[in-house]
Amino acid sequence: MQPATPATTSAVAPLLVEGVGRTFGRRRALVDVSTTMRPGEITAVVGPNGAGKSTLLAILATLVGPTSGAVRWGDVVLRKGCAARAYLGYVGHEPGLYMDLGALANLELFCRLYGLDDPPRRSRALLDRVGLRDAADDVPVRTFSRGMLQRVALARALLHQPSILLFDEPGSALDPAGATWLAGELGRERSAGRVVVLVTHDLDAAGALAEHLIILRRGRVVCDERRPAPWGAIAVRAAYAESCRDA
Amino acid sequence: MPEAIVSTAAAAQAPGDRPPAPGFLVQVARIAAKDLVIEWKSREILATSAFLAVVVVLIFSFAFVVGGTQPPPPVTAGILWVAVIISGTVGLGRTFDRERDGEAIRALLLSPVPRAALYAGKLVATILLMCGVEVLVVILAGLFFSASAVHVGRIALLLALGTIGFAAVGCVFSAALLRSKSRDVLLSTLLYPIVVPILIAGARGTAHLLDPTPDLDAAVFWTQFLVSVDVIFLVVGFWAFEPVIAGD
Repeated sequence: MQPATPATTSAVAPLLVEGVGRTFGRRRALVDVSTTMRPGEITAVVGPNGAGKSTLLAILATLVGPTSGAVRWGDVVLRKGCAARAYLGYVGHEPGLYMDLGALANLELFCRLYGLDDPPRRSRALLDRVGLRDAADDVPVRTFSRGMLQRVALARALLHQPSILLFDEPGSALDPAGATWLAGELGRERSAGRVVVLVTHDLDAAGALAEHLIILRRGRVVCDERRPAPWGAIAVRAAYAESCRDA
Repeated sequence: MPEAIVSTAAAAQAPGDRPPAPGFLVQVARIAAKDLVIEWKSREILATSAFLAVVVVLIFSFAFVVGGTQPPPPVTAGILWVAVIISGTVGLGRTFDRERDGEAIRALLLSPVPRAALYAGKLVATILLMCGVEVLVVILAGLFFSASAVHVGRIALLLALGTIGFAAVGCVFSAALLRSKSRDVLLSTLLYPIVVPILIAGARGTAHLLDPTPDLDAAVFWTQFLVSVDVIFLVVGFWAFEPVIAGD
């Protein structure tokens, strides 16, 4: 299953969110959201609970379809369940793993589902990268700590070298060392030229990593600004406080 | 050269650089194999389904085998099919638990596996697990009710067809109830009225084959009826699965 090829084939095309709205019954989760998420930069989406952050991420991930508007990636429209999902990597609250399988077995399974070459070698290399080289092959990931699960989840999301990486609160429940490690990995993926979107409540983490800041409130974009370097925690907090005042 | 795989230099592929995704049947086989491997490790579905099937057959044997008198063929056939349906429902209830646990379903839906291949893979694994339990049920029924083994091949065909239809519709409901808290109760409530034709056709066909003077024409009719029901359930299953599993 090969998706239609975006116009920009030599490099990753930006994600264009054009007037996206989403309603659940009578509740409007997103209202006319428009923005651009560029490759080689980290976009942080912040906002209070119920602001529509996870809904926006689910739409970008093609797991949910927008009620109005569209998400474009090059000349491909990212519709719900479209073939371009093979180019997305997603790390959410939950690890997205088969809990009764070991870390290696999980990664090999997803390698095979993606049709990747040499699943054992690729899986071991990624386990090595996320610091789980010594995780026993036959131990179910159910027995792993939250931090270890998140590492395997990241490895699973990176298996197929996705062009777009989506993170939904990846640092929640991670200890400081785990959060530092994750920040390093996010930076590494940005340097690799991927589109990286990070949904988080952690303003400090957003400030440390993101060049592009989106603040959502009640489903609307109240701040959409980018800077040449990561914002820094103070600037993000100031922007967040400003958006609260405006609201 | 593991670094070649995971290094940043190899990142950010442009679409079109990828190897083609595996074919439909390959994906079906991988999904089914994954379920069977997990079941082999945990043996949750097989153990619970088999235990329940044995209990059902035992209860009926105590109720109907009195003073060495064997129940008539229609009763034996009914017991066999009730045991199959009840144990199968338990198995179906757990079919998507592995996907729910740890939100593996989200990763699966993001992978390039077609939804139809996902359905077919789950279906194949469910059928194989149910067939494993049915072998046990048939042996027990044969022992407790002294059922005739003359047409065991035809009975196996009826059971296989019934299992396909039952699993075809059951997998869709199991997927639909993936996030429902009371899915165990709801599954039986929703499933049983729909699989009544399978139960009737299977029991009637089996009864004709267990009879001391088997009516093969009638058995063939019920077999053909089951084939028709299977076709309908499979078509509806493939059609309904995608919106059900990807529901917003």
